[in-house]
Amino acid sequence: MFTAITHSQIYVLDQDEALDFYVGKLDLEVNTDVSLGFMRWLTVNVPGHPDRQILLEKPGPPALSEETAQQVRELLTKGAMGGHLIFTTDDCRKTYEKLLARGVEFTEEPTERPYGIDCGLRDPFGNSIRFTQPKA
Amino acid sequence: MSRAAEESNRRMLRARDAMDRGYAQPLDVPALARIAHVSQAHFTRTFRATFGETPHRYLQRRRVERAMFLLRETDRSVTDICFQVGFGSPGTFSRTFRDIVGFSPRAYRRAAVTAPVPTCFTMAWTRPSG
Repeated sequence: MFTAITHSQIYVLDQDEALDFYVGKLDLEVNTDVSLGFMRWLTVNVPGHPDRQILLEKPGPPALSEETAQQVRELLTKGAMGGHLIFTTDDCRKTYEKLLARGVEFTEEPTERPYGIDCGLRDPFGNSIRFTQPKA
Repeated sequence: MSRAAEESNRRMLRARDAMDRGYAQPLDVPALARIAHVSQAHFTRTFRATFGETPHRYLQRRRVERAMFLLRETDRSVTDICFQVGFGSPGTFSRTFRDIVGFSPRAYRRAAVTAPVPTCFTMAWTRPSG
């Protein structure tokens, strides 16, 4: 059966702004950025892990009707579109300080959990992101 | 109109995130309205239109959810938990908890089962509705 997850998708309101955030602030790297004509195929990955890509898709026609795209945008900005990403990090507190200095909007400070230390933030559109320093 | 709605949603979400973060603090509508960049008069109305309940009700249910978490995952006393999640008195805590969950904090603790999933999901999914 299946052997890996290669692509996951989240919606973003603006792909340039998404690049500023995911690459400029979170230090992910661009895997593919190409205009297919009908859409801009934009994927990013954790540096050194191109085998797992995140597609940053802009909702809109013709894939979605204008009306449906608007509903997606409204849900996204209410934080209700899902779009969860959970990353691992070597040092949760250090990463938190670094991103805080870059103006990232945190929803939760680093907190001890049974499974490690983790914290939460949002991307500029309303997607929920977390990163965890797993218990050694 | 639609871009304005998106911008308003994002601002209300920012204020809601602030409540999720600072649930143990008193509900400070002026501070939340500042985070959301709207007037105080506008804030409660817009929050309710966006998320379907008032900020006060949202915060109450967040506090009860955090209390449920602590009852489930720790052996701290009910009184400690009451103050830790931001209630001013054990009486108000027990009454609000019972109103929302359907039974008392102690009865909840006896019946609770721990959930080994990331806390962001338990926060979102075990927050009591109604």
